Amino acid sequence: MELTGAEIAIRCLQKEGVEYIFGYPGGAVLHLYDALFQQKKIKHILVRHEQAAVHAADGYARSSEKVGVAMVTSGPGLTNAVTGIATAYMDSIPMVVISGQVPSYAIGEDAFQEVDAVGITRPCVKHNYLIKDVKDIAPTIKKAFYLARSGRPGPVLVDIPKDISNQKAEFVYPASVSIRSYNPVGKGDSAQIKRAAQMLLEARRPMVYSGGGVVLAGASAQLTELVRLLGIPCTNTLMGLGAYPANDRQFVGMPGMHGTYEACMAMQHCDVLLAVGARFDDRVIGNVEHFAQMPRKIIHIDIDPSSIAKRVKVDVPVVGDLKLVLDQLLSELRSSRKKPDASDLAAWWKQVDEWRVKGGGLRYRNSTEIIKPQFVVEKLYEVTGGDAFVTSDVGQHQMWAAQYYKFNKPRRWINSGGLGTMGFGLPAAMGVQLSNPGATVACVTGEGSIQMNIQELSTCKQFHLPVKVVLLNNRYLGMVRQWQEFFHGNRYSESYMDALPDFVKLAEAYGHVGMRIDKPADVEPALKEAFARKSDLVFMDFRTDPTENVFPMVPGGKGLSEVILAEDL
Amino acid sequence: MRHIISLLMENEAGALSRVAGLFSARAYNIESLAVAPTEDPTLSRMTIVTSGSDAVIEQINKQLNKLIDVAAVMDLSEGEHLERELMLVKVRADAPARDEVKRITKTFQGRVIDESESTCTIELTDTCAKLDKFLETINRDSILETVRTGASGIGRGERILKL
Ligand SMILES: Cc1cc2nc3c(=O)[nH]c(=O)nc-3n(C[C@H](O)[C@H](O)[C@H](O)COP(=O)(O)OP(=O)(O)OC[C@H]3O[C@@H](n4cnc5c(N)ncnc54)[C@H](O)[C@@H]3O)c2cc1C
Ligand SMILES: Cc1ncc(C[n+]2csc(CCOP(=O)(O)OP(=O)(O)O)c2C)c(N)n1
Ligand SMILES: [Mg+2]
Repeated sequence: MELTGAEIAIRCLQKEGVEYIFGYPGGAVLHLYDALFQQKKIKHILVRHEQAAVHAADGYARSSEKVGVAMVTSGPGLTNAVTGIATAYMDSIPMVVISGQVPSYAIGEDAFQEVDAVGITRPCVKHNYLIKDVKDIAPTIKKAFYLARSGRPGPVLVDIPKDISNQKAEFVYPASVSIRSYNPVGKGDSAQIKRAAQMLLEARRPMVYSGGGVVLAGASAQLTELVRLLGIPCTNTLMGLGAYPANDRQFVGMPGMHGTYEACMAMQHCDVLLAVGARFDDRVIGNVEHFAQMPRKIIHIDIDPSSIAKRVKVDVPVVGDLKLVLDQLLSELRSSRKKPDASDLAAWWKQVDEWRVKGGGLRYRNSTEIIKPQFVVEKLYEVTGGDAFVTSDVGQHQMWAAQYYKFNKPRRWINSGGLGTMGFGLPAAMGVQLSNPGATVACVTGEGSIQMNIQELSTCKQFHLPVKVVLLNNRYLGMVRQWQEFFHGNRYSESYMDALPDFVKLAEAYGHVGMRIDKPADVEPALKEAFARKSDLVFMDFRTDPTENVFPMVPGGKGLSEVILAEDL
Repeated sequence: MRHIISLLMENEAGALSRVAGLFSARAYNIESLAVAPTEDPTLSRMTIVTSGSDAVIEQINKQLNKLIDVAAVMDLSEGEHLERELMLVKVRADAPARDEVKRITKTFQGRVIDESESTCTIELTDTCAKLDKFLETINRDSILETVRTGASGIGRGERILKL
């Protein structure tokens, strides 16, 4: 039977098992919205800003193993979506974005609401397509999903001109897909894996540095097994939190700029570093030269060859999907006659434990007068039994959430690491709530960040999303203020948030429950009350200490061992 | 170091801008870029001349491979290869100077492909270095226009880049 391009597109999404489209209509997507209207399988979540549509699709994907889907109109719809697309791209999130385009005959004429969507998004998508023929819609959407979820995942954009969405064609959804110029890897090279196993077994101070790739690969069980088998310390990047349980003794915390002292020191002083699905980001290893000074050997497993040897020299590169490669490595380790030297390992742990003591753990000076932000996160952890989905925005609150909420499962910690997008938290929480109905979802945010997508409180109302907003309100763009305090002579240039709204009234205006919490003693009761309201969105405005800073801190451009601890100041 | 990289990619609108965009976005050098469809009209062959440290060249190769439209990449400079560039040069040459221009053109195995009263246009195909040499040899002041295609490269013998 012949269908219109729009109907075909929606049928393709149904075939892909899409439950939700996060989107916003407009002229160029009218046919698509019409097709959507005439079916029941896919639900559309009407956001209040296209950036939020993409973040919501992103949160949906991060908290499940599914591909997120967003739909926007041409021109401003697309440009509004770009920040969301770039956010997903930097963190390798599987996503398909459908955008409307002006009619194909008008392209290039500066038509109303025309932008070169493929051109604008090119540097921040895994791939993109401009549809030129109605017959291409089905095969292209098939490819888009395949590309988004295979290999190193990422967002894929499909731009559909309005006239094409109204032309007719026979609908056939391809059963399979192959792209001759794209062949994602599976297993790793067995000789390299043998070398890696030998190197790990012969190491005196081995360490595992795992990242977002483990979460994306769904390989957290294998990672945990590997770390336990070897009996060595493990660190998780900001993107990898939860892939190895934070409550485990072998976990040394997050590495990097705001990582623990022991994770930084162990990264710096280990003799064999096994990097799995982590990309040696500048926030993690600090100064590259400083990092390279130590004579350690590096084994790097990643599905993307361009992640390997990009910033640091690698001794054993392994290209492959972690889900398979970790199994290969595990069986190689198990079958090897060599065993790790127990006394070397004991000495290494003794050293690591000394760093633990010296670093003093994550700590802050609590107060009975003023609410400390770290205290709120600790209580959040307790009240939610450590089992909530926690999204965050970007800033100090993000770091405190990462440090003080102990993530023991993957896909529970949802944040923008690579792009660091303020405004991510609330819309992402909507996607998380939709992919995990009934689950406890908290959004830890700052008064700066929340205002970047606060309009989504309206979406939450419409779709009954009982997200708990935990606002750590320090009346500052705190992360900026902290840098100005440390590196710019306390000149707080434009980092004060003046004229803040009354967030309680604001939440109420959107039809939600608002709470203001000023005293440390009220923190726990407030959280308990809020989380007991299972079906309400509760907006908690915690008035926190405006002068609090995030520690430890490795200043930008410094080496990992040049970390500033809380008492150093 | 100078590298000459060959690649095969889908002959689709936008493929070229993906490659060009990659080089500018990642601040890689690009000396020249030559592209045209192959005997298989669905594929284009591109030759890129670039330079950088070993680490940068490794990243360039990996990043090119990562582009979805790119089907195969070969760093020609890693093995035996040939490269040729086509150049058209128009010079100001009245009767007395013309003999000299023709003499030089002949020694460089070029051809004069157009002559007017006061100008003379030369076609030359050779390595980039040879073309540079030609420009150094003829009277600089006489050059009116220089048009170069950028290098095209191919492996020697059994070194073949094909799908
Ligand atoms: C304010 C702020 C402060 C920050 N401070 C810190 C900090 O202190 N510490 C910190 O760690 N980060 C910090 N970050 C985050 C940092 O910017 C990076 O986003 C993060 O470190 C990157 O994490 P990753 O190395 O795990 O890589 P990711 O970005 O998660 O990349 C994943 C890697 O895994 C690979 N991969 C994907 N799928 C697979 C698969 N199936 N098999 C194999 N490999 C796969 C990918 O190719 C990629 O190389 C901070 C961010 C912000 C905004
Ligand atoms: C969209 C965007 N603009 C600017 C920044 C730079 N930036 C990083 S953290 C930060 C301050 C965030 O303030 P707030 O949300 O109040 O969080 P806090 O640091 O106070 O916890 C800013 C402005 C950013 N990351 N994203
Ligand atoms: Mg703030």
